[in-house]
Amino acid sequence: MMTAAIPPRTLPAAAKRSPDARQAAANVGRSVALLSLLCLLSLLCLLPLSAQAASQADDPLHSVMWDVMQRNVLHGAPAVFDDRVKVSLPRQVEDGQRVPVSVDATALGQVQELLLFADYNPLPLALRMTPLRLQPVFSVAMRVNQATPVRAAARTADGVWHVGGQLVDAPGGGCALPTATRNSTDWGTLLGRLYGRVWQADGQQRIRLRIMHPMDTGLVGNIARFHLDTLRLSDASGQPLAEFELQAPLAENPLFTLQLAQPAPGPLQVSASDSDGNFYHGRLQEQP
Amino acid sequence: MRFCGQPFCLWLALLAPMAQAQDYPIQPQQVAADSWVVVADTGYFTPANGGFLVNTAFIATGDGVVVLGSGPSRAFGEQYRRVIEHTTGQAVRELIITHKHPDHFLGNQAFRDVPIRADERTSAMLRSEAEGLAENLYRLVGDRMQGTEVQLPTAPLPTGLRVVGGHRLEFIAVAGHTQSDIAVFDHTTGVLYAIDQVFNGRTPTLPNASIADWLAALDRLQALPFKVLVPGHGPVTRDAGPIHATRRYLQWLDGSLREAAGRGLTPNEVMALPVPAEFAAWAEARDEWRRSVGFLYGRYEQAALPAVDGR
Repeated sequence: MMTAAIPPRTLPAAAKRSPDARQAAANVGRSVALLSLLCLLSLLCLLPLSAQAASQADDPLHSVMWDVMQRNVLHGAPAVFDDRVKVSLPRQVEDGQRVPVSVDATALGQVQELLLFADYNPLPLALRMTPLRLQPVFSVAMRVNQATPVRAAARTADGVWHVGGQLVDAPGGGCALPTATRNSTDWGTLLGRLYGRVWQADGQQRIRLRIMHPMDTGLVGNIARFHLDTLRLSDASGQPLAEFELQAPLAENPLFTLQLAQPAPGPLQVSASDSDGNFYHGRLQEQP
Repeated sequence: MRFCGQPFCLWLALLAPMAQAQDYPIQPQQVAADSWVVVADTGYFTPANGGFLVNTAFIATGDGVVVLGSGPSRAFGEQYRRVIEHTTGQAVRELIITHKHPDHFLGNQAFRDVPIRADERTSAMLRSEAEGLAENLYRLVGDRMQGTEVQLPTAPLPTGLRVVGGHRLEFIAVAGHTQSDIAVFDHTTGVLYAIDQVFNGRTPTLPNASIADWLAALDRLQALPFKVLVPGHGPVTRDAGPIHATRRYLQWLDGSLREAAGRGLTPNEVMALPVPAEFAAWAEARDEWRRSVGFLYGRYEQAALPAVDGR
């Protein structure tokens, strides 16, 4: 968890006065500093009890949009900045249409829901994951419209959102430019095609799954919003492993990398749908 | 001092851009008779280097100067042209644009009065991409791009041999670094201007690369009877060392990305992989590796994933 230590701003001005005034001001300054320290300490003691501390001033990424994110993406629910939610991404990208993001919230233990969003995107939310039997871990590429904080929020059983993030520097227009595939490919043969594979590593199962889809944001002239909206992964008996709500800011042809702590009997079943009501199905086999 | 600290830093911060407003460090180096190369910084685009990170060259043919590449900005182009005419005592007769990357053509405004030659494919790509490329350079380089606007090529660049003044220049199509690249071999002096097909001590950039085409291009360049090799980035040499090194890098990159995709690694995991010592010593090694993963890894990932939809 992070809290902001605000320096006592009265001190520099006080220092320019006469020596006596300076002494008096220094005394006042000292008391103010002591008082702030006491306040800070008491706050620190309170934090674990009331974990709603994620205000704009506390934001480690200093985003002016944080309050809006908390209201619109987290719907005002309690939230804390927590570096146990790890977000990995390149600090700088050349292509805002495809920013690879890896999220790992396993350090929190059980996670109910996991979100991916970008503060300065016209459409911030990219993905909502309900991990169920999967680990609270995923990698996927998303679009960013400019340099922005990219964040993951993990909701624990007590209803608190734990928020981690990183800044990405990007050229403008990732959400508002036509994509390469949209420009060059016949979607009739590609739309909804599924590719994937399962790996065993260190007793865990890694799943990679790609669904071919333009993921149109609706922000590009003459191309209506058209995107995948649900994805469900189940084991061979149909028991759900994880569910996803997918939003247009994901990169086109999204490729998900997911993790199972206990290998599930295959073949894993994949089902997805898009905003036009199309359904897509596939079965994932482990490669020999 | 504690309270003076802030204004003092501000004052320094104000001074910094003034210091940068100076000229580009253009120092032509003669590599053969009538032939000069300007060897640039090997970093990335920054406000500090003003985008000066690409080698440019010029040949005083006796019938005017042939210039290879105009640099990253209008200010560079204008200063460069003064340096060329001062160095050679001849007027510029034409400018050659070898490929579409912005550090090679954004000084074109200074050469408006002479033919600006590029091959058909490069010219076509520049018509649709140049504005975006220029915008991106403004974002990365800032102030010193001031006044820079896209000046598209104005004349064709046929491949093959052409005699210009006292020089027999061969224009060779060697795609790979981008979809269309031209190398220039001066048969009269034995200088091979490989430009961005060859990097020397600076990590190659691959935003538009086809590794297979690039490897074929290196074979073709290596077969030429050159005496001097001018890379696009890094120092000039008299041997084929940089061709071998560029080939080794591309082969390592290709193999590493294929292997990573076979293991199911995510792009962020691949970006964090170690770079071998030989390549790690080159300028921009880690950053270019990260960028190359961004540009190319998707193709390898797709090739490693079988269809699972039963279609």
